[in-house]
Amino acid sequence: MSLSRGAIGWSRENLFSGWGNTLVTLLIIWLAWKLALPFFDWAITKAIWVDPDAQACRAAKGVGACWALITEKHRLILFGTYPFEAQWRPALAVLVLVALYIISALRACWRPWLALAWVAGLGAIGVLMWGGVFGLVYVENERWGGLALTLLLATFGIAFAFPLSILLALGRRSEMPIIRWLSVGYIELIRGVPLISLLFMASVMLPLFLPEGLTVDKLLRAQIAMILFAAAYLAEVVRGGLQAIPRGQYEAAQALGLSYWKSMGFIILPQALRISIPPLVNVFIGFFKDTSLVLIIGLFDLLTTVKVSITEPKWTGYGVEAYLFASAVYFVFCFSMSRYSQALEVSLASSAARTPVKEAG
Amino acid sequence: MRFSPRDARFRALLYQVLALAAVVGVLAYLVTNTIANLEARKIASGFAFLSREAGFEIGETSFISYGAADNYARALLVGLANTFRVALIGVVAATVIGTFIGFARLSSNWLVAKLSSAYIEVIRNVPLLVQLFFWYAIISENLPGPRQALSPVSGVFLSNRGFAVPVIEWHAAYQWVLAAFVLALLVAWRISAWARARQARTGQQFHAFWTGLGIVVALPLLAFIAIGAPFRLIVPELAGFNFSGGATLTPEFAALLIGLVAYTAAFIAEIVRAGILSVHRGQTEAASALGLRPSFVLRLVILPQALRVIVPPLTSQYLNLTKNSSLAVAIGYPDIVSIANTAINQTGQAIEGIGIIMAVYLTISLSISAFMNWYNKRIALVER
Repeated sequence: MSLSRGAIGWSRENLFSGWGNTLVTLLIIWLAWKLALPFFDWAITKAIWVDPDAQACRAAKGVGACWALITEKHRLILFGTYPFEAQWRPALAVLVLVALYIISALRACWRPWLALAWVAGLGAIGVLMWGGVFGLVYVENERWGGLALTLLLATFGIAFAFPLSILLALGRRSEMPIIRWLSVGYIELIRGVPLISLLFMASVMLPLFLPEGLTVDKLLRAQIAMILFAAAYLAEVVRGGLQAIPRGQYEAAQALGLSYWKSMGFIILPQALRISIPPLVNVFIGFFKDTSLVLIIGLFDLLTTVKVSITEPKWTGYGVEAYLFASAVYFVFCFSMSRYSQALEVSLASSAARTPVKEAG
Repeated sequence: MRFSPRDARFRALLYQVLALAAVVGVLAYLVTNTIANLEARKIASGFAFLSREAGFEIGETSFISYGAADNYARALLVGLANTFRVALIGVVAATVIGTFIGFARLSSNWLVAKLSSAYIEVIRNVPLLVQLFFWYAIISENLPGPRQALSPVSGVFLSNRGFAVPVIEWHAAYQWVLAAFVLALLVAWRISAWARARQARTGQQFHAFWTGLGIVVALPLLAFIAIGAPFRLIVPELAGFNFSGGATLTPEFAALLIGLVAYTAAFIAEIVRAGILSVHRGQTEAASALGLRPSFVLRLVILPQALRVIVPPLTSQYLNLTKNSSLAVAIGYPDIVSIANTAINQTGQAIEGIGIIMAVYLTISLSISAFMNWYNKRIALVER
């Protein structure tokens, strides 16, 4: 009884408070009835889940979703054209990457050994993906693809862009004019142009830049472009963190007689990076989404494999299903990261607020 | 300054010279390589190719007529116009929709607030390129052909060949209406300046906004009636396999516009919400305590403070939308990147082509950030 009155009271307050709100609520319920129910029907109840020869999908076209496409093509979508019998290797590499993400997210693991874990993890991933040792067949990186490639592009991109971005941020706040101009010029140049133009540059122009005979493969070229791109955006976040550190900290470090690099390394950067972690995660989310652009220069990332999966004649015409699936995969990664960054922001803010009290006691 | 590494000023100078030398050295190395490579491949550098015949058709043109016999410069100009077309419409639409969703997220109605926050979360966490492909797939695969086109409103047809909408037939006398509109804008601007000066002088208020709005609506309307109100709607009609008459939004343009607007609106909604929330509750209460009417509270107290928070990230979203419109190349809308890419493939002039793309976007970004600096200075909080 009290529960139902609670529910009624709640809905009176939040859904039907006044005629305007009531009207809007009823309109939304009506729309949900008209749109969400047919969608549910299409996506779940009338959907085809398993259908190797695409006959049932043809018959159900327009009535039910053809998730059988994903069932049939999931190996291609996840791992691209990696040799079929060796696909446990990229699968394992993806698991290692996800495990690295998870331990990096736990504050209890923010210890020096975390860096070692990353080095070891990335090394293991390199061995798994390339092979050529421990009896693993060598797989050249033209055949890497799918989700594994997307995660690798994003992870390596950030891993290399981050140190570069710290240098750029310090350079932008430097008192030496030439260093400052060079950093500002770089950051603004990169941030002013779309990523596509950098990717084009990497795929078309980079071969022209290098001396005769020296070639860099396509994946590495794209990776370099993404690192240069990410560094400019990360640098702005790091600069924000540096600016948030009170002047007193800089002056105190100087008063102690610390050199520039010592005061940055021991006093300023640890504090500045700590408060910039949430915005850094946000840049990482954007960067993770941006890896999908390598499709345009012909790399086999997750989005490309999804696009390729609907080019086989019997599976054409299921673009909506394919892209919904791709959206779901990207969403799972990005949404969990954004939730994490929000939670972290709250917990970092509260621990920062607690510190002086602890010191006093 | 002593010339020894112990002198801080000497060290600073040394570092700077070294950094500059390194950058110049790397650039010089790359340029020498490039020149050698270009000679080896017999590619003539320079912008001479711009005056050569392009030889490819462009699916849609805006404002500029174009044919395959025109030169590359004109083709690139068409691409630029197409970029501006999608960016301008996109910016306006995304601002309106984003503001609406931002306010909806603050609604007291639980369903409205939850729906808009779900929209924001889903859109922001899926790459724009996936969304563009999704919209393109919906339009080109799932809409019926022109013969069975959906017609939600009479005269509007949605089919897999694009969206056909009616347009008003241009009449020569319409330029008078346009002139009247420009004149009305000028008059309204003068009136508001006069009203502000008078209020500063005497304290008397004048409803400059409503008067101005009245003039801006009435003058063109009067001009329209004075020229005899010529008006004819061109409604698209099915002719053969496609529609003729009216205006047609191609599937590529429609998908790009829907994708960009939906995506950017989600970011704008968050900015608007944060801006409104940034104004302390006490401000509203203090303004009400002074006896201001709710509309005045919003206009004179909340908005000026919220806008200070909203406008800088908003302009960077406009910039993002413009940069993101370069994804057009993936679904085949002929924007500047797409045309430059075709030109690169045909002529091999990669450096020049990419240089043009970068120059275009850098010009846009630098002008927007110049505007933002000016605006920030203008509205910056004047503290004691």
